[in-house]
Amino acid sequence: MTVSPTFWLYLAVMAGTTYLIRLIPLQLFKRKMKNRFVFSFLYYVPYAVLSAMIVPAVFYETGSIISASVGFVVASAVAFFGKSLPVVAACSCLSVFICEAVRQYLL
Amino acid sequence: MKVNNSFLKGLIAGIPIGIGYLAVSFAFGIMAVKSGLSPLEALLISMTNLTSAGQVAGTPIIAAGGSFVELAMTQLVINSRYALMSVSLSQKLHGAGFLSRFLIAFGNTDEIFAVSIGEEGGIGKKFFYGLMLFPWLGWSSGTVIGAVAGSALPEIITGSLGVAIYAMLIAVVIPKAKTHLPTALCALFAVALSCGFKYLPILADFAKEYAGFVIIICAVVASAVFALLFPVNEDKEVRENDR
Repeated sequence: MTVSPTFWLYLAVMAGTTYLIRLIPLQLFKRKMKNRFVFSFLYYVPYAVLSAMIVPAVFYETGSIISASVGFVVASAVAFFGKSLPVVAACSCLSVFICEAVRQYLL
Repeated sequence: MKVNNSFLKGLIAGIPIGIGYLAVSFAFGIMAVKSGLSPLEALLISMTNLTSAGQVAGTPIIAAGGSFVELAMTQLVINSRYALMSVSLSQKLHGAGFLSRFLIAFGNTDEIFAVSIGEEGGIGKKFFYGLMLFPWLGWSSGTVIGAVAGSALPEIITGSLGVAIYAMLIAVVIPKAKTHLPTALCALFAVALSCGFKYLPILADFAKEYAGFVIIICAVVASAVFALLFPVNEDKEVRENDR
C-alpha cells in the first residue's frame, strides 16, 4: 500500500478536472441551452468518446482477439435488447470466460 | 409540481446502481494494478473521481508518467458529457441551493443521472444525497477488492472480468444508438477515426507520441461533424432517450 508523491498531484488534477466539469454547469446553467450547435455538440460527445474508447481497445483486453470479439458482440447484443448495465457486463464476462476456457484448455 | 425529496427513497433507488458499480469497479481495480498503480492509489482515484470512462483513460496516463495537461485534457473531453448532464440535472433539481450543489455535482454519474431524470416531477437534494451513497460505496469498495484480489486470481478470470468495463461503456452507447440513427452513425464515425489512429501508419506514429489526445481528437471531430450535419432537437430526441 504505497502512494508516490507525484501521484497526489496527478490525483488532484484528475479529480479536480472531473469535479469542475460536473460542478460549473450545475451552478451556472439553471436555464436551457439556447445555441443549437453547442447543444448538439455536447449531445454527441459522450457517444463519440465512448465509441472511440471501446474500439479498437476492447479487442486487446482479454488475451485473444477471438474471445474479445465474442465479448464485444455479446455485450452489444444484450445492450441492444435493453438489458441493464450489470446484466450486460455479466453476460459479456461469462462469454469471454467460456471462450478463453475453450481456447486454453480444450484446443 | 411533485418533488421527491426523501433520502430513504433515494437510498433505495441507488442500491441496484451500487451493485452494478461494485462489479464494474472490480475490473477497474484489476486494470489499475496491471498498469502499475498500487491498490491504495486505485482506491483514491475511485473515491475522488467516481467516473468509469475517465478513470480508464486517465489511469494509464498516470501510470506512464504523462503530462498534467494531457491528463486534464483527457478528463475534460471524456467527462464533458457530465457538463451536459449537469445542465439537465440543474433543471430537474428543486430547492437545491448554492452550497448543496457542491455535493450534488460530485455524484452526477451516467447512471445516477439516468435515475434522477427518470423520476417523475422534480427531485430534491435529500433524494439525490441518498441516491449517490450506495453507488459511491460500491464503486470504491469494488475498486479495492479488484486491486487486491485481482492479482491473486488466475489470468483467465481477470481477463474475463476486464471486459466488464467495456461492456458497461457499450451499454451506455447502444440503447441511444438504437433509437437515434445519427447517434449510431456518429459512434461509427468515431470508431473509424479511432481505428485510423491505431492502424494507419502516419496516424499511429502520432498516436504513440500523444496517446492521451487520440480519444479527444476522435470525439471532437465526430461530434462537431454530426452537430453540423444532424443538429439535435433538445426536447424531442434527448429527453425521450434519456429515460
